[in-house]
Amino acid sequence: MTLPTDKKKISIVCFSGDFDKIVAAFTIATGAAATNREVTMFFTFWGLNALKKNKGRAATGSSIMAKAFNFLMGGLNNLPLSRLNFFGASPKLMTGMMKKHNVATLPELVEAAHALGIRIVACEMAMNILEVGKSDMIEEVQDVAGVATFLNESENAHIIFI
Amino acid sequence: MKHFLDITRETCPMTFVKVKLKLANIKKGEQLEVLLNEGEPLENVPRSCEEQGFKVLSNEPTDEAGKHMLVIEK
Repeated sequence: MTLPTDKKKISIVCFSGDFDKIVAAFTIATGAAATNREVTMFFTFWGLNALKKNKGRAATGSSIMAKAFNFLMGGLNNLPLSRLNFFGASPKLMTGMMKKHNVATLPELVEAAHALGIRIVACEMAMNILEVGKSDMIEEVQDVAGVATFLNESENAHIIFI
Repeated sequence: MKHFLDITRETCPMTFVKVKLKLANIKKGEQLEVLLNEGEPLENVPRSCEEQGFKVLSNEPTDEAGKHMLVIEK
């Protein structure tokens, strides 16, 4: 499909790995892509957890510190609620409430983002710090890049930081 | 060929997402009927389809209160 050159662009920096903030990021991203915007999601720091291939807890990395951090943070299934997390019970309760009200759950939003062709980029620096390699992440990650690439790609785009 | 999609049980953003993905999967010239609720979906789904170059052939209220039927041509 050829895209018109004046297509509106949105870039979302997913810094927070909080469940509710990642839900917000994917909601904006999928809504924007479905209404004909070109969307890039740039995952850095805690946000990287949402891209891990292993969605549960895994000791990714080589150093003891990285392994401990990655195990404690976990993947998409372990994202904590930014408030009232109750040791991880709340995201599960929240998912139940979302289903009850026919609101798309986080895995459904992520699947929709992939189906819509949203560009998923991982931050190289955060990956180095946390010792998360490209092979540790879902295959939908299209690029590993730094801030210069992100800014170049986001020229004429709205940038949203979550 | 006519396709059909019911988004009355969907909420934002899946209302748009389902329509977009369905339109991507049908052939040019084919039609898609979309059953949707009044409010946000009715205000935005037809507009967004037109912005993307699809033709909204009709937009009529159904017998069921609060629901509309759109016919979109790809």
